Amino acid sequence: MPVIAEAGPPTWRQRTSRQRLALWFGWLALVALFVFSWQVMTRNTIWAFVLDAPRQAGDLFSRMANPRFGYLPELLWPLWETINIATLGTLLAVILSVPLAFLAARNTTPSATFVRPLALLVIVSSRSINAIIWGLLLVAIIGPGQLAGIFAIMLRSLGFIGKLLYEAIEEIDASQVEAVQATGASRWQVIDYAIVPQILPAFAGITVFRWDINIRESTVLGLVGAGGIGLKLQASLNVLAWNQVTVIFIVILATVLISEWVSAKVRHAII
Amino acid sequence: MSAAAVAGRRWRRPPVLIQSRAWRIAIYGGLLLYLVLAVGSLEVSWARIYAGTERGWRFIQGFLSPDFTRRWDDIVLGFEESLTMTVTSTVVGVLISIPIGIGAARNLAPRPVYYLCRAIIALSRAFQEIIIAILFVAMFGFGPFAGFLTLSFATIGFLSKLLAEDIEEIDEAQTEAVRSTGAGWGQLINYAVQPQVMPRLIGLSLYRLDINFRESAVIGIVGAGGIGATLNTSMERYAYDTAAAVMILIIVMVMLAEYSSSHIRKWVQ
Repeated sequence: MPVIAEAGPPTWRQRTSRQRLALWFGWLALVALFVFSWQVMTRNTIWAFVLDAPRQAGDLFSRMANPRFGYLPELLWPLWETINIATLGTLLAVILSVPLAFLAARNTTPSATFVRPLALLVIVSSRSINAIIWGLLLVAIIGPGQLAGIFAIMLRSLGFIGKLLYEAIEEIDASQVEAVQATGASRWQVIDYAIVPQILPAFAGITVFRWDINIRESTVLGLVGAGGIGLKLQASLNVLAWNQVTVIFIVILATVLISEWVSAKVRHAII
Repeated sequence: MSAAAVAGRRWRRPPVLIQSRAWRIAIYGGLLLYLVLAVGSLEVSWARIYAGTERGWRFIQGFLSPDFTRRWDDIVLGFEESLTMTVTSTVVGVLISIPIGIGAARNLAPRPVYYLCRAIIALSRAFQEIIIAILFVAMFGFGPFAGFLTLSFATIGFLSKLLAEDIEEIDEAQTEAVRSTGAGWGQLINYAVQPQVMPRLIGLSLYRLDINFRESAVIGIVGAGGIGATLNTSMERYAYDTAAAVMILIIVMVMLAEYSSSHIRKWVQ
């Protein structure tokens, strides 16, 4: 039986006309913004260099292609430094972020009008600035070396751990707090027996997660002079020793993969 | 029953996280040993730190009275580059990561495509933005174009991975319902998958916009343009008050971006 197409009843559409119009204008605005940004961005771009890129890339990869593995022993000590920067930085950040998180959480802060905004400001400021920029700053102040790296990692992680931890504190089960309070426990005992056990798994997970990120970040901190394997990277880049750069990249990649594996294992065991 | 027996059965707190006593001693002991070794291998030059306190003090003063005016043109140029870089790289990155994200979803893509897309994601996630930036600057020359490429590349790894995970977790009943109407693969994506993942995709894109702005402040250090270059220059000139001004502006912009993106996300979802 042949099917006759009818122009009668309205066909189903996903959206109303008004929604479609709004959507269309939204996309138009986005495209316009993109085109505008693109033009501003590429105003000073030298296209000859960009067009030349495949040749440059070929040249670069041919220089990188024969890694100088004899360089490897020189990297072991900087690698140890890198791991120490990440670990000690995370540790300091953890120590500082715990009180910060308790001050920032709505249900544990001593004063929601005064202390909480201040703690939130510290958290946001710390989170907005990347570890490398903190490193840049600290190298200028306390001099190049591991210590600047440790403090850079600490300053960046403080906000990260603080934020996730205070969110975990705000999400705890209030009835447990109430139960412990009903026994006549003091403020500190409530924190110790009702809040800490609830946030401990989250806390351990956050710490290990951040440690993993910090290993990644500490590998490049040396680019601004803050110690670790990045110093070797910078030194090799300065003399255009691309075959050493390859070795450093391989070491960094291996370190990052191992730390990711360790962090995944530990988090799996905890949660 | 004697009183002593009762007294001996007082409640004790169970140990936290690690239940086995032997493992607890081994793990905590190992950590302690590591700490001693790590702190022992630290080389701290107290003289240098003491010499630096004066600079540190000047930097704090710079923060208290930041200088926005003297290098205002550089600051504007830096932010212009950073913001345009952020927008273009996020748009391009999202556009590229949608097909890769679909390809990396186990429930939609055939095996070879799945492995290819997962390999692309792993490649993009393996290295820090700043390392990618070093390579792109060497290939494409200094300036925001290299930064744009770096951020787009980094966006692909981040967004495709999370999008793929999201697609893998969709409600299969809806795909089955759409499939049973005789819909093709494209229609399946359009009517069954897209409505389910769209709110999260928009949320993730906004989040990535945020991250890209923050990263754009970093990659300037290796010559990929943006506000990082301005910051680096002012640090090298010991113009701490200008550096402080740049950092304050970065913090304010990140706060604004975070605040507005959380609002948009609430409105979209």
